[in-house]
Amino acid sequence: MAEKLEALLRRAFPDARELGVVDRTGTGDHFHVTVVAPGFTDLSRVDQHRLVYDALAEPLADGTIHELRITTRGDA
Amino acid sequence: MNDLHQSIKNIIETEPVVAFVKGTHEQVMCGNSQRAMDALRSVGASFAAVDVLPDPRIRQELSALSSWPTIPQVFVGGELVGGADIAQEMAATGELEAKLDEKLGGAWRNGGDERTIAVSDREDPFRLAR
Repeated sequence: MAEKLEALLRRAFPDARELGVVDRTGTGDHFHVTVVAPGFTDLSRVDQHRLVYDALAEPLADGTIHELRITTRGDA
Repeated sequence: MNDLHQSIKNIIETEPVVAFVKGTHEQVMCGNSQRAMDALRSVGASFAAVDVLPDPRIRQELSALSSWPTIPQVFVGGELVGGADIAQEMAATGELEAKLDEKLGGAWRNGGDERTIAVSDREDPFRLAR
């Protein structure tokens, strides 16, 4: 499942300098994703996280992701 | 526009600091809601909590209003600050205090009072009689 999320994030943020998905509990439903992308530099954290939620809308909506932690940064 | 939508909007606009959470400030039902409230506590901010669990429509209306899909959601001076991750990050870097100062002046430094309010508190009281 982590690979699927990583693929979705990679598609949404093709220029990401850092992209990580950690299955926090080993159960395939609690994840911590990290995205560092140049496109984030001028966005607020709220808008950065919104883009990540958009990228993962499907697994969020269908219940695949039970809990999601997000860390984002611009590429400063 | 419906009553619930208006009630949530009123709370966001009138409460200086409000956290929409699963549970209450005293009995939290979710780790992320706990983290969001702990971030506020760590800087000594007073806040109101709103429990989204009593009615699934609260969460739907809130997310429609805020364009934020998950719970918790922390608002300061009417502005969405973020969920648990952002609140925690901002508390750690000092940005949360800066945001509170920017939005509320010094008024938020008033002793870490906490309470939980019901969405229906702000609704038209005659609605219950209908």
